[in-house]
Amino acid sequence: MAGKGNAESKAMPKRGMTDSNKLLLITIIVFVAMYAGAMIFLGEGFLKVQTFCNLLNNNAALIITACGLSIVMITGGIDISVGGVVALVSMSCAVNLDYLNGNIFTSIMVALGIGLAFGIVQGFLVAYLDIQPFIVSLAGMFFARGMTTIVHSQPFNVANEAFQALKNTRIKLPFGSVNAKGVFVNAYVEIGVVVAIAIVVILFCVLRWMKLGRSFYAVGGNQQSALMLGINVKRTRFIAQLLSGLLAGIAGYVYFMHVGSGSPSHASGMEMNAIATSIIGGTLLTGGVGNIFGTFLGVLSLGLIQNIVSSIGLDQAWWTGITVAAMLCLFLVIQSVIMAQSRKKKAAV
Amino acid sequence: MAEKKLNSPGGISRLFRMQMFIPIVALIILAVFNLILDPGFFSITMGTNSAGDPVLSGYLITILDNGSEVAILAIGMTLVTAACGGQDISVGATTAIAGSVILRILVGGGDGELQAPIIVAFLVACIVSMLFGAFNGVLVSIFNIQPMVATLILYTAGRSIAAWINNNELPIVTDPSYTYFGGFIPGIPIPTPFFIAAICVIVIMLVLKFTNLGLYTQAVGINASSSRLNGINPTFIKFLSFVILGLCVAVVGLIKTSRISTINYSVIAKDIEMDAILAVALGGNALSGGKFNIMSSVLGAYVIQFLTTTLYKLQVSSDALPAYKAVVVIVLVVISAPAVKAKFASIGKKMRARKEAA
Repeated sequence: MAGKGNAESKAMPKRGMTDSNKLLLITIIVFVAMYAGAMIFLGEGFLKVQTFCNLLNNNAALIITACGLSIVMITGGIDISVGGVVALVSMSCAVNLDYLNGNIFTSIMVALGIGLAFGIVQGFLVAYLDIQPFIVSLAGMFFARGMTTIVHSQPFNVANEAFQALKNTRIKLPFGSVNAKGVFVNAYVEIGVVVAIAIVVILFCVLRWMKLGRSFYAVGGNQQSALMLGINVKRTRFIAQLLSGLLAGIAGYVYFMHVGSGSPSHASGMEMNAIATSIIGGTLLTGGVGNIFGTFLGVLSLGLIQNIVSSIGLDQAWWTGITVAAMLCLFLVIQSVIMAQSRKKKAAV
Repeated sequence: MAEKKLNSPGGISRLFRMQMFIPIVALIILAVFNLILDPGFFSITMGTNSAGDPVLSGYLITILDNGSEVAILAIGMTLVTAACGGQDISVGATTAIAGSVILRILVGGGDGELQAPIIVAFLVACIVSMLFGAFNGVLVSIFNIQPMVATLILYTAGRSIAAWINNNELPIVTDPSYTYFGGFIPGIPIPTPFFIAAICVIVIMLVLKFTNLGLYTQAVGINASSSRLNGINPTFIKFLSFVILGLCVAVVGLIKTSRISTINYSVIAKDIEMDAILAVALGGNALSGGKFNIMSSVLGAYVIQFLTTTLYKLQVSSDALPAYKAVVVIVLVVISAPAVKAKFASIGKKMRARKEAA
């Protein structure tokens, strides 16, 4: 219902703020407020540039998966297989490198191949056979998790030298902070962060200015009217699922570069984190509303919460769960209230 | 559109459209498969357990025993799915909460002796679970949040809350009477969870028969605004479905903790939400809401357990299990997809036409 209303407001962006922008604004405000609060009250650690860079380093893979998921959610679908795909990719790449004499190139091909395969199969089932995306990707998740243990059942660290060099590559930034010894240290990011930010920028442009991106919104807003506008709804949904699978594959490799090992328990719960961050970033599960930049901030907010919780000293695992859930709850209620208001306004007009 | 093509006369297409079709066919295929592979799968033997009581054992008994939790959850999940057009993914986490509450009241802080009657602990767990169900229900019905997203909150926090209830301790019940609910009652050779599931099914069937709940739920699921215009309160129906699911969760929490007489917060009822949703989907219920059939879902739950047990028998490791499950699920949903059904129907029609022409 909300999606339908939004498709209309999308058509006339000049009049007031669209729901999409309103939700994005809230995300930005909350993130900035949280970071400012952390800087003021927790001081030191959060003032360093490196803390922010570590936020990116630790969450690069999540940023990529969440972007893929946002696109699927904008078209009104869902893909909960991403966490499983990430685990499968990192395990397969690890096996490829250490047991099958692979090199960096073959392992990247393995990652992309797995991602594409999941994307194509799930996209076909969802778009052309019209099966519920939830069920399809649920099966995809089961399949990926099961395959991970079939590929190799024990966790292990990758010893391949070329890969170790790639893993330990640090990209120095032109700014940084002074460390405890009074020496100026450049802040650094890992390669994965560059990949993630490139993907965010590309997808942002695609969604904002390209025909394909706009048709994602149209299909998610109202499939029927998108069909009448001459949009190939099936193909659009197929491409959305395909992108999500492919991005999960890329994210798998980025995750693999970050952790440097393969394990069946990698990325457990990542699909739910990706969904949660998409929502915090202002994407609606009903489709038609969302913003890649918001998703990016959503991931950073999640990482920030985890940082804050552990730096306050509440490092018991359960506090992270409870705070993330509380924040999710807050965002959902705010979203729901805003949507209800805009619906009321539209009804009054 | 696909429906119209199916309207050709003949019993086969009617059978195809029957809701119980998918779970029954899946069950038959699995049964035949096992029969060919090893007829011993169906043998049931009488033995005695460690307490010296007579118990039945065999693969079929295992299926009836272990499939019951999912079957109980499938009841509530079907109602939620039908009314809201979405699924509750927090049932595993809230099961942990329910189990934690039961153990806290029974032996919390003690040495394993019962501090309160089991029924009291169970009733308190029911109330707590219904409150958590109500929390989900409020988010979904009043704030209009999609069910999967609303329940994501408890999915994230539930296990943490469960651990917090018992101060992260793992209380152990030593009283043997507590094991009856997940094991066997002395003298009755059939596992108790099956009876509990049967009672739950009978209760919900009676409720559906003697109240308008079923009709109202379908109406709300098909079109919430038109059902409101017809005098049904969709908010309340959606809310109610989550509360009923909460009740089911409490029952499952009792069985799950009774099985091991203790609790493991991160493992208890893990991924059970996925199985419960699968059961609903296998039962042929539309996951987007509307018409539903609870018996079909319950059958779907046992089919899933049948599949699991078969795979275990084939020496598939428990970690690799999901991959095989996924293949079966995909085959099933592809067969039952409207587009594929229409294709089958049109092929059948063509063949008939050719026969007539010849």
